[in-house]
Amino acid sequence: MRQTISLIITLSLFWLMNSGMYKPLILGLGVVSVFFVVFMVRRMDVLDFESQPMELLPRLPRYYAWLIKEIVVSNFKVVKHILVGNKSIAPAISLVHSDLKTDMGEVILANSITLTPGTVAVELEDGDITVHALHGADLEGLQSGEMSRRVAQVERT
Amino acid sequence: MEMLLEVLSGSFLLAGSLLCLAGGIGLIRFPDFYTRMHASGVTETLATSMIIIGLMLQNPGVLVLMKLLIIWLLILLTSPTSGHALAKAAYRSGHKPLTTYNQESSSSKR
Repeated sequence: MRQTISLIITLSLFWLMNSGMYKPLILGLGVVSVFFVVFMVRRMDVLDFESQPMELLPRLPRYYAWLIKEIVVSNFKVVKHILVGNKSIAPAISLVHSDLKTDMGEVILANSITLTPGTVAVELEDGDITVHALHGADLEGLQSGEMSRRVAQVERT
Repeated sequence: MEMLLEVLSGSFLLAGSLLCLAGGIGLIRFPDFYTRMHASGVTETLATSMIIIGLMLQNPGVLVLMKLLIIWLLILLTSPTSGHALAKAAYRSGHKPLTTYNQESSSSKR
């Protein structure tokens, strides 16, 4: 039920942001389409924690702030590597182990790794992520587990 | 105020464009497939963000702001997914990454 309500709110906000026309007829059509989509989604039975992870919402801003900082820092590192040239890079590939309990946490971690330039998650299997890095030192930073620890704080149930 | 916004917007757009250019140079310069992916990561994340922030500061209406925000979120959600799919496809089909990093210190830690 809570997930249905959250979906209705999300869809309505999305519709309002995209429309910009607030005549009764158009608004009515919007309401109809929102409820039609909710009806379809419930019928398809795809409404669950994974599609509406609202329990994570209050803990996400803190993680995002940290992630944005990481992304900016590693962007500058990669740009430096590009400008200095191929001698400055030392690509490496290795396993990064995470102790995350949920699939959601593992996906957040793998996507965060890919989102920060300089490291790409190549494969994800049972909590072991194969990571390719532009410089091996970045890989050691990941293996020290700071990012994994922060994701664990987000997924904490 | 108007002037300040204009200058800020301009500098964000310029920074974004320069980062795009750097990403492009890296794409040509780096030696193999996987390292080139990292170069494209610069264009996907910081460069896009800078350009979108620059456009937001152009002082459009609330609706356009919201749409820019949605575009930004969409890019931040889809680019790691597609990047991961690309890397995984290459890895699975047996494309070996070039590695020059000395691993002796990292192998013990796992």
